[in-house]
Amino acid sequence: MDMNQYLNMFIDESNDHLQSLNEKMLELESSPADLGIVQVIFRSAHTLKGMAATMGFEDLAALTHQMENVLDLVRNEKLAMQEFIFDTLFKSLDALESMVQDITQGGEGKADVTAIVESLQAIVRGEMTPAAPAATVTATPTPSAVTADAEVVQESKGIQLDEFQQSVIEQSMSEGHQALYVEVFIREDCQLKAVRAYMVFDMLERFGEVIKSEPSTQDIEQDKFDRSFSLYYITQKDQDELKTMILGVSEIENVTMTRLDAESLKEMSAPANQSSPIAAETVSLEATPSTSAPVVEDKAVVAPPQAKAAAKSPVAAPSRTIRVDIDRLDVLMNLFSELLIDRVRLEQLASEVKVPALTDAVEHMGRVSSDLQNIVLKLRMVPVDTVFNRFPRMVRDLAKSLDKKLDLIITGAETELDRTVIDEIGDPLVHLLRNSVDHGVEPIADRIAAGKDETGVVKLSAFHSGNHVFIEIEDDGRGIYRDKILQSAIKKGVVTQEQSVTMKDEEVYQLLFAPGFSTAEVISDISGRGVGLDVVKSKISSLGGHVTVYSTPGKGTKFSVQLPLTLSIISAMLIRVGSEKYAIPLTSIVETGIIKSKQVRDLHGSQLIPYRETHIPLLSLSRVFEVPDFDEREEEETEIVVIRKGDKLAALAVENFIGQNEIVLKSLGKYLPDIQGVSGATILGDGQVALIIDPNAFIK
Amino acid sequence: MAEDIKVIVFKLAKEEYGIEVDKVQTIERMLPITRVPKTFDFVKGVINLRGVVIPVIDLRGRFNLPENEYNDQTRIIIVEVDTTQVGFIVDSANDVVDLDRGRIEKPPEVVGGVKARYLDGVAKLDEERLLIMLNLAEVLNRSEVSQLENIED
Repeated sequence: MDMNQYLNMFIDESNDHLQSLNEKMLELESSPADLGIVQVIFRSAHTLKGMAATMGFEDLAALTHQMENVLDLVRNEKLAMQEFIFDTLFKSLDALESMVQDITQGGEGKADVTAIVESLQAIVRGEMTPAAPAATVTATPTPSAVTADAEVVQESKGIQLDEFQQSVIEQSMSEGHQALYVEVFIREDCQLKAVRAYMVFDMLERFGEVIKSEPSTQDIEQDKFDRSFSLYYITQKDQDELKTMILGVSEIENVTMTRLDAESLKEMSAPANQSSPIAAETVSLEATPSTSAPVVEDKAVVAPPQAKAAAKSPVAAPSRTIRVDIDRLDVLMNLFSELLIDRVRLEQLASEVKVPALTDAVEHMGRVSSDLQNIVLKLRMVPVDTVFNRFPRMVRDLAKSLDKKLDLIITGAETELDRTVIDEIGDPLVHLLRNSVDHGVEPIADRIAAGKDETGVVKLSAFHSGNHVFIEIEDDGRGIYRDKILQSAIKKGVVTQEQSVTMKDEEVYQLLFAPGFSTAEVISDISGRGVGLDVVKSKISSLGGHVTVYSTPGKGTKFSVQLPLTLSIISAMLIRVGSEKYAIPLTSIVETGIIKSKQVRDLHGSQLIPYRETHIPLLSLSRVFEVPDFDEREEEETEIVVIRKGDKLAALAVENFIGQNEIVLKSLGKYLPDIQGVSGATILGDGQVALIIDPNAFIK
Repeated sequence: MAEDIKVIVFKLAKEEYGIEVDKVQTIERMLPITRVPKTFDFVKGVINLRGVVIPVIDLRGRFNLPENEYNDQTRIIIVEVDTTQVGFIVDSANDVVDLDRGRIEKPPEVVGGVKARYLDGVAKLDEERLLIMLNLAEVLNRSEVSQLENIED
């Protein structure tokens, strides 16, 4: 019970730590040698571990503990970061994230993480067993691979080492340990090779460390080796002494030992000559290290912009913010609207009483309260960073799974949006980003063929413009080909051949957002999940925004999302119909005007009025809403509001206009979830509730 | 086994009804109500209760009793059931009683025109007073209402 009060804090802070871990890991990935970043990661993981342990989430604590072990080696320069260490750590972060998610949803944060823990432990032990599927390939090589390896070994005189193992050996040599290359031959008539080998290993491990053996220890244990095995060994013990000890194990025929220095180590462990006839087979085995190296280099080259941005953040002043529960802000807002109502009453009273001192005081109070109102509203503004910060990781993983090279450049992350919008905008953005990465940016080969840089660039930017915030996603990929879309659209019967000829590019691009429309020729695991851009569009329009697409074939595509600053406060036109007041969102109003009743034409039971060069339907608000005390048909002239949904127009007949106002959106409550034509309610200055009209419901 | 509960007592037509006190948020005098179009007749509209918009239901209308003009005695009882907030318009509300749960009896088939499923039971306060305990979940059950409406159409 008592813990509960800390639970929210724990969840918030864990999420923060996970976020920063993710960010820092990405940073580290682009500059793997920066131990400063490792320190930050280590501290974050450490704090997380401590918190989890305090709260009794043991699985969480255990996993972070294992991560810490790996990170500890890295920060003490005993371990160099590598592609698969990154992968394992990222996997751990994902696991942690889902555990915290579970806790958030009231679970106990339990998860089966044994696989990840094992690989973390393996990294610590120095057994480089990369990601699970790869591990089975390296750990239990097929007989042919073994022979291939054996021959390679002969050719390069030793066992191949990966970067990490090599650096461990170099490290220990520089610390004054001796590195040995040991070959052990077992007698041919030996009955239990594995046992003998185990005894040798056991003894060696008492006096030093086995860095790598060929075949792997696992294979040796399972008797999957011939008569000899070889290994790299680091020890302080005298060579001859060791030799005698190993020979002391029965059924050992012979032992050879070579002392290594930097040069001979390099020579021994150098990968086999690529031109060798068997090398082709080993390529698959060494795929991880060989591809990782250039990637790291590449990233280092592209890193500067990222690194610069990152360098700024630690310098920034310590956070001067506090966390506030969003519900409390809502309460504050509600109380505040109460205050505003009282203010209106006081103003009325003051104007009746006509005491100058009172009028002054009330006026002053009015000014203060409108300032306060602004501040209260600003409290709800959150930087889009809170949504953007999960994208670098996502793009990295995506690029990896698609085998593409990508740079994500984020600008304007400090742009603020209302919390209500922030909460909703994440998913549509994920879709658009996926679209850019998957369909926009070409595979490396295609990019090179097109004369572009191998590394694709996706720009994610946010900025304010007027009363709106724009979020843009731009890639330098293949762009959108008009013909392809049209072909597909004609095939699906969305447009006709004739229509297609006259369509503007922009209209063509909008077809992408039609339901069930996908131009993807190959359905990958990233797209083709049955959710398309139509979902993105409807989500964004439900937020009162819209998406535009710009594209140059061959050069790239840009999705531009326009969003209102806030959802909870909108500009609206207040109108009156009889004794009732309604608010119409300004965004859907085209204009207001007056028409004479004789201009109204009846056509098949519906009414039309002339508007510009055409006729548009006239809707009677009083009849749609069954307003008891007003009917515009009794009037000679009617005030109308022309509303818009997409490119369709209609006019709403009202009694008169009250004026434009900023209104605070409120829901009608759970009991009245969906009332046709009403999107919510607001509280007016006099404390009355006015319904907000949803113009979309009036235009079919 | 005796368990005492506090019950808000209110009047509707000639009967006295009870709602457990912990389901009641506040009791308000009549407030300006904004009509909401296209909803059930007994939903009178929405009110502004200290910044929160809450729908109000005329309980007489809900129970198919003849509706009354509102007066000084009229009250809005704000109840919350499963995070749904609703106001009930009642003729008057002016009593709180302690009730032994054991004294609540199963409802008779029809009580004062109110269908039995809206009722939790009937409690005898003393020789003269019968208190009808409301089953709020049923009173607020919308699906049942829409079915009813369909039948009537």
